[in-house]
Amino acid sequence: MANEGTILTAADLAGNGAHGDDPDVHGKFGIFGGRFVPEALIPALDEVAAVYEKAKNDAEFLREFDHLLRTYAGRPTTLTDVPRFSEQAGGARIVLKREDLTHTGAHKINNVLGQALLTKRLGKKRVIAETGAGQHGVATATAAALLGLECVIYMGAVDCERQALNVARMKLLGATVVPVTNGSQTLKDAINEAFRDWVTNVDTTHYLFGTVAGPHPFPEIVRDFARIIGVEARRQMLELTGKLPDAVCAAVGGGSNAIGIFHAFIGDEGVQLHGYEAAGHGLESGEHALTLTAGSVGVLHGSRTYVLQDDEGQTIESHSISAGLDYPGVGPEHAWLKDSGRATYHGVTDDEAMAAFSLLARAEGIIPAIESSHALAGAQRLGRELGPEATILVNLSGRGDKDMGTAMKYFNL
Amino acid sequence: MTTLQTVFAKAKADNRAALVGYLPAGFPSKGGDVAAAAALVEAGCDVIEIGLPYSDPLMDGPTIQDAVHRSLINGTRIADVMRTVEGVAATGAATLVMTYWNPVDKYGAERFARDLANAGGVGTITPDLTPEESEPWRAASASAGIDTVFLVAPSSTDERIKAVVDCCTGFVYAASLMGVTGARETVNVAAEGLVKRTRAHTDLPVCVGLGVGTGAQAAEVAAYADGVIVGSAFIRRILDAPDEAAGQESISVLARGMAQGVRR
Repeated sequence: MANEGTILTAADLAGNGAHGDDPDVHGKFGIFGGRFVPEALIPALDEVAAVYEKAKNDAEFLREFDHLLRTYAGRPTTLTDVPRFSEQAGGARIVLKREDLTHTGAHKINNVLGQALLTKRLGKKRVIAETGAGQHGVATATAAALLGLECVIYMGAVDCERQALNVARMKLLGATVVPVTNGSQTLKDAINEAFRDWVTNVDTTHYLFGTVAGPHPFPEIVRDFARIIGVEARRQMLELTGKLPDAVCAAVGGGSNAIGIFHAFIGDEGVQLHGYEAAGHGLESGEHALTLTAGSVGVLHGSRTYVLQDDEGQTIESHSISAGLDYPGVGPEHAWLKDSGRATYHGVTDDEAMAAFSLLARAEGIIPAIESSHALAGAQRLGRELGPEATILVNLSGRGDKDMGTAMKYFNL
Repeated sequence: MTTLQTVFAKAKADNRAALVGYLPAGFPSKGGDVAAAAALVEAGCDVIEIGLPYSDPLMDGPTIQDAVHRSLINGTRIADVMRTVEGVAATGAATLVMTYWNPVDKYGAERFARDLANAGGVGTITPDLTPEESEPWRAASASAGIDTVFLVAPSSTDERIKAVVDCCTGFVYAASLMGVTGARETVNVAAEGLVKRTRAHTDLPVCVGLGVGTGAQAAEVAAYADGVIVGSAFIRRILDAPDEAAGQESISVLARGMAQGVRR
């Protein structure tokens, strides 16, 4: 879609299926995914799946989505070479995919626009969503305002306090923000509460899920709507460098920005895929969000995946300086990519991420989201391994304006 | 050990519905759970469901969330749940465990089924295990000789109802409304239709849960269902009582009213 007049195709959304990377009829990626939800929600999930299946092959839907991505979200986003940052990455050529330049400042806008259009096709007038840092909440409130949908956002009470600015943004956009006061009062409890709302109001309401986790078909739908990131980046890399990158790096919380940029490269065997989870204060501290690197297989929020859990299956609270990575589960397709060996996942500590955050700001004049800073720190490490001949594509999934409070505290600004 | 089959046959012979009470293990305390369940049995509950406390109970409303949270804070583990089942089964009530899937999955399906049977439990209710994912659990339960109860909901199509009841043994749990657990002012009118639609696909007893909180509501549901399931209303009373003894007295009074209700 770089050229004016190019219309998003069904293949851009879902790939060509040639690599066996679509889930089976039960939403399974190998042993992962599926549906572990109250029976009451099954008809709604079936309905979403059926409407999506129809929409993704409907030229009118693709045209509408393409139009919004182009004229509202600001796509295609550019690539940026960062030579001074690259000097601190073993001299490897680092190229950023600038999702931070989209409307609302993060890649989340891609998914919410797609799902908001889907909500209209479902004939529903109300959307609900969970949010941790508030980014998905703000994006959902934005799409709801644009398309005239009622919007309710569930947000942990602790997060509401930490991210007061985003709460104000959502309210300004016309959304109702409900602070969730049970459990750990963070993202996972906001998801529980959103599911409770959905099962009660499913006749009128679409649950606009924010990441590639949850019950089928959410992992597939959210991936497909985020997939444009990699579709664009792959073509742009060929234009810019004349070849595919040696590696693609992305931060992984629930995993939507990472799947978004990975997916178009899955069939390119020479391209390494690296996901970076939040190691918080380090693995040994127990305060981290290393779901794929240190978790075990379980069921959380409706799908089988890797989970941070104790020996009896109770969810363990995660920790990260970045609220967007602070989640004890992960999308099932990442679990599958990990076990198949196609993608590799690593940890980046709070301190490593904040060093990369600061470096990109000073060396390149770009203030990244702290989430994305995990991918930047990972790319520095990878660059030193691969050496100066390597080209590394990094998904700069969002901008750091929202993180100024954290940065002021961390750097004593 | 009293089986579900015995309970429902006896209730049918008495021309009444069975009364099913729910309490989470470890609530209001270790040991206090068995005492509370014994009070329910004494007052006329035929079946007791012991809830296995889980960190992310997405089908439960605020009352059960609160109780489960307290139980987890008190350090309740699966061994404690099994001990609770053993204590409750000793009262003579048919005793089930209601659990979200992940704790069973992590513990090991075969091991869980075996330990539950050894504790005197007669089965499980698994609200987030769908027919598509249930095969390993049904196999483990069958080999341990315990029943598997799954849920149908007002939104369930006839096709889904058939798929669910084909996985059930013991009874079928019909969720009266679209929503989470918790007492309501009135029992949803959709419940009766759901019971009828379910009976078209099975001869198993059909029990109705969600939203039942008074003797009058129990009587209303008993008119069309084989069993009446009550949870949050008991828990609310325990939460509101000044101490455990007062809580037991309070739930006894409520359970007696409901036991009369199912006999009207």
